[in-house]
Amino acid sequence: MRRLPLTPVTASHRSAPSIHKHGSSMASNISGSSSSSDRQRVAQHRLRVIAGHLQRSAESDSVIQAAECKASVSESVAADSETRTVPRRRQEIMKWNGWGYSDSRFLFNKKGQAEFTGKRYRLSGLIIPGLKDWFEGTFGANLQHKSPATPILNSNATHPPNLNKAFVEELKSTGVPFSHDTEDRVFRAHGHCLHEIFALREGKVGRVPDMVVWPNCHNDVVKIVELATKHDVCLIPYGGGTSVSSALECPPEETRSIVSLDTSQMNRILWIDEKNLTAHMEAGIIGQDLERLLNEIGYCTGHEPDSMEFSSLGGWVATRASGMKKNIYGNIEDLVVHIKMVTPQGVIEKGCVGPRMSTGPDIHHFILGSEGTLGVVTEVTMKIRPMPEYQKYGSVVFPNFEQGVACLREVARQRCAPASIRLMDNEQFKFGHALKPQVSSLFTSFVDGLKKFYITKFKGFDPNHLCVATLLFEGDREKVLQHEKQVYDIAAKFGGLAAGEDNGQRGYMLTFVIAYLRDLGMDYYVIGESFETSVPWDRVLDICRNVKARIIHECKEKGVQFPPLSTCRVTQTYDAGACIYFYFAFNYRGLSDPVHVYEQVEHAAREEILANGGSLSHHHGVGTLRKEWMRETISSVGMGMLKSVKDFVDPKNIFGNRNLL
Amino acid sequence: VTESVLYSRPDWNHDEEFVDILEDRRHSSDLGHALRTFNPQPYQGGQPCSAAELTKTVLESQHLCYVIALETGSSIEEVTEEARRTLDEMSQNLQLGFIRLMSFTLTKVFKKLFSSIFVNMDTLSTLQQSIQQTPVILMPNHRSYVDFLVISYIMFSYDLPIPVIAAGIPLAGMKMVGEILRRSGAFFIRRAIGSDKLYWAVLSEYVKTIVRKGHAPLEFYVEGLRSRTLKSITPKLGMMHMVLEPYLKGQVFDITLVPVSISYDRVLEESLLSHELLGVPKPKESTTGLLKASSVLQDSYGAMHVNFGHPLSVRELLKGKINRCQYNFVPRSKDLPQKPSAEVQACVSWLAHVVVGTQEQGSVISPWSLMTCLLLQAPITVLTVEGFPWHQLTEKTLWLKRLVLNYGVRLNWSDVMSSSLTLHRSVVQRKADRVYLVREKNEPRRRPVSEEASVTATAKSVLMLAAYRNQSMHVFVRPALLAVALNITRNELFAFFCFLQSLFSYEFIFIPGMQFEDACLLLKKCGAIRINSDEVIVSDSGQEILSFHQSLIQPFIDSYQVTFSSLSEQEPDVFTDKQFLPAVRNLATRLLLSGEIHTYEALSSDTQKNSLSALQRLEAVRKLRAEYKVDKAAVKHLADRLCKSHQ
Repeated sequence: MRRLPLTPVTASHRSAPSIHKHGSSMASNISGSSSSSDRQRVAQHRLRVIAGHLQRSAESDSVIQAAECKASVSESVAADSETRTVPRRRQEIMKWNGWGYSDSRFLFNKKGQAEFTGKRYRLSGLIIPGLKDWFEGTFGANLQHKSPATPILNSNATHPPNLNKAFVEELKSTGVPFSHDTEDRVFRAHGHCLHEIFALREGKVGRVPDMVVWPNCHNDVVKIVELATKHDVCLIPYGGGTSVSSALECPPEETRSIVSLDTSQMNRILWIDEKNLTAHMEAGIIGQDLERLLNEIGYCTGHEPDSMEFSSLGGWVATRASGMKKNIYGNIEDLVVHIKMVTPQGVIEKGCVGPRMSTGPDIHHFILGSEGTLGVVTEVTMKIRPMPEYQKYGSVVFPNFEQGVACLREVARQRCAPASIRLMDNEQFKFGHALKPQVSSLFTSFVDGLKKFYITKFKGFDPNHLCVATLLFEGDREKVLQHEKQVYDIAAKFGGLAAGEDNGQRGYMLTFVIAYLRDLGMDYYVIGESFETSVPWDRVLDICRNVKARIIHECKEKGVQFPPLSTCRVTQTYDAGACIYFYFAFNYRGLSDPVHVYEQVEHAAREEILANGGSLSHHHGVGTLRKEWMRETISSVGMGMLKSVKDFVDPKNIFGNRNLL
Repeated sequence: VTESVLYSRPDWNHDEEFVDILEDRRHSSDLGHALRTFNPQPYQGGQPCSAAELTKTVLESQHLCYVIALETGSSIEEVTEEARRTLDEMSQNLQLGFIRLMSFTLTKVFKKLFSSIFVNMDTLSTLQQSIQQTPVILMPNHRSYVDFLVISYIMFSYDLPIPVIAAGIPLAGMKMVGEILRRSGAFFIRRAIGSDKLYWAVLSEYVKTIVRKGHAPLEFYVEGLRSRTLKSITPKLGMMHMVLEPYLKGQVFDITLVPVSISYDRVLEESLLSHELLGVPKPKESTTGLLKASSVLQDSYGAMHVNFGHPLSVRELLKGKINRCQYNFVPRSKDLPQKPSAEVQACVSWLAHVVVGTQEQGSVISPWSLMTCLLLQAPITVLTVEGFPWHQLTEKTLWLKRLVLNYGVRLNWSDVMSSSLTLHRSVVQRKADRVYLVREKNEPRRRPVSEEASVTATAKSVLMLAAYRNQSMHVFVRPALLAVALNITRNELFAFFCFLQSLFSYEFIFIPGMQFEDACLLLKKCGAIRINSDEVIVSDSGQEILSFHQSLIQPFIDSYQVTFSSLSEQEPDVFTDKQFLPAVRNLATRLLLSGEIHTYEALSSDTQKNSLSALQRLEAVRKLRAEYKVDKAAVKHLADRLCKSHQ
């Protein structure tokens, strides 16, 4: 194990050119690097990273009391103010009532063309010519009919903070920064469920935390939890805020003071162990920072959930997250080696970091998926891998969804799935197609036309049935090419035609911009959401058909005036089944309570999923949104087990978000 | 509440458009019709599937392969071969050419037999939409062999996909006809399947594949067989289970059930029916038999009404009734036909009852059927000797017409009553303004007719009349049970109603729930009763209506009592299937001759069997393998309880 240098860093290091751009785009940072074996470059990288990491900002807010974990700062790699993506005041760079960065959004310009603003993403600054027609055609929406959001938060919308004076007094003495500013509180009162964002856009705010605290390290958390327990204050851990399970909503019946514990400032990589290929991090670090910092020294975790721009390591652990490239790297439960969690009963962690243990039920599994009901995850040791030498996107077009699923099943059977393999249905294929940016060259559009002609006319694929699988290969260049051939050969047996890298890459782009697109839809009376499940292979086709049909059926039943978008993709493959992801959106003009209609439809869709053998959730978690189905999901005895753990660990329900149970 | 909405009696929409489809045929070329362009809009979720492809899919299905692999004793090849043979015997071979041939022939035949074939055009167009959206199951009632292809004929005429039809295996055995039916879309099912696992597997996979693919509607008779009494038969559930399974297991989003009500003014097989009910066995289906029977083609049979019911969504009907998660643990490929859970059985049974109930509601009642309701209430001597005064019959029939219109029934009142009488001259005749029952002319009297033979002859005619009365029995049965109950008790009205309902549960179709409310509602609607808070009060004018209803149900009560007496006399208290019917029939004949009972319907083997089933259900009789054991005390108790209704 290599300890990172303890020497103070001079100012000259600081002026070294920064290699990490603030919030670099996900879609663009996956460029291939074949120089990972180049030791010198790696060493240089490392130097620069460390140099950058060790500079903490001296910024101090008048409201926020700054404090450092002095014990640990000198011997750790921390994201400094430049590299730190998430400031305490999130609203400075992020939307308070929508997804993502304030500077990045879709809009229809004066010519009625869609464009994506900002500079962060591949799509930024580009015109997307096909989006308007797709949008209007799919939803029956009209650019004349706008439903704009309330631009600014009215500070009267929130109740004044209900502070526990004794708690606040003692907290002050610890020096941990906190705030009861309205904007700070409102920002941490929600995740990204449709109803939460819809309410914010209308300027409506429900129960919000009374106060936000920003611990800087594990010890800060220990102090906060002790004080909360002592003074009977309700704590709600907050990581990246990307929850889609109503897991961050303050329980309306909660009468105690609610404190949001924002882990975003606990964002250091504490050490990297190249011998064992592990890294030890504070749990507040967000996905893109973790990955970028590791990349700079030639490593990666390979954990890339769709929310990785904003979601945090602690959040992944607390929800049993899953990453796009789990076929190579595994899901979060496969990646963690050691977890430290602070509970009202004290700190829970294993006594060693052995790679596997037979020591009774794995206590990590009480923590993984505990959704903030037992404590705060503060530090995690995670596996790391050398960065892949080569990356290649790909895509395959199938004549229909059935053939596509059969192909994915075969790929899973042969255990040769690439880093990522996803199968989009016809509607989603069209959706992805509508996001094609304007092509600059006549030649490209000519080639596109030829491709289309070849597939639909020459090969006889019905444009209304064909579907596309997107692929991402990673590894040694040679192995990737070999692997690619193997997968394409299997695809050919199921009538699949290779359809190029471009289609593949665009498919993944859809994932990262979908949440921004939802905000665009909401500007024009269109609301939507995604949800997921996992299901055995033999039920994949049935569940996809039935859930999509159920959505359409329920929309009609509930008086939705326009046919909804109801689409799915098989987004992960396993030995014994697959993960299915559904998108669902509709035009709500003519409805008096669109969110209620939306919730009824989503509820019905979840019932349909369960009736068809699907799980309650593959990786989004339960939160409070899906609690009602927990008993049938894990049985009464299972509920009792979880309940008794909760009762022991947190008898006073300090972690009172009321998720799961 | 939703249940009552789903199958409560909707008032007959008088705007419904019934069109006589023979009208066009009488004015244009039959050949032209047979050769018409046929361009149906099939189920959108499915792809066309030929008969050969269907067979192949079934044979290669994982499910069948699994069952085959489980069959021990012979090699996989042998079992596969047997499965293939079974499929060959079973499968339909629908061909458009034969549909055209069939259409041509049927046009000729129908024009000869029927004055018109009325089809409800409104619901036909609803059907067209349903067919495009979900797999559709056509579920007609079965009153005549003519039913068999009439739906295919209509579907062909109106550009709807030709259904595949479940038929009994005897039809397949008929020379030529079997093959013609097969090519017209019929597939054939053995009658007694018993425990032949392979056969079950092949059949259920065949049926389920048809439902899943949805390329053609599936047609089957949920009653299982042709009703000899023209009354609905308690539905059989085997086929129903197979049909519903793809929905229950999530293999299709929904299934649409379309009950079809086919009503005949006069049934071709009418004389055959009463023969069979009196114990003369049904002739074996054969082509020569069919040709011999062609004499019936010389006669006329009035109008036929085909009413496609409103499509019933299985998903909608089963909402909240079945937890489909129970199927999620069994892999699709290892999905053996297993005994469904009690919950599923109850639901499927309920659904089948809803279908039959809907068939009944959709049927069209003829004036003749109302007339028979009245004729059968007269003492037998009035019908055989004195004659029923014509003016009294017409007057009472008009009274009854008003009553049933109050009940919201579809009436076909285009015929005047006298022409009804003409149409049914084989049963009744009018002489000097009196109506007499026609008794079958005996063979030239070589020897004096025995008393028993005379009873049988009268019974034959009475049962024919009863069959036509049964066409409208479903309209009256609920109020009738209430009328009987009102005669006995006021305090335990509901309990007694339930008792009668469970006693007659094999005789009439009762959809669980709401029956009592329905009965009250109807009697209230026609002014026979008033309901004050929780009390039922018979109105002054109500007695006439109530006694009409009581008299209507009385033959059934009397017939059941005969069974009860017969079983009480039974020594020892064990009997077999073979002994049961003759014993009851002998007792009934004896009682008729001695004048202790008056209803000839007691001789109907159908009623006798139903009463035995009811006794089993009420646990007064237990079945032990081939024998039945009587609990005489229980039978006596039932008889006493029912007896009160005489007083």
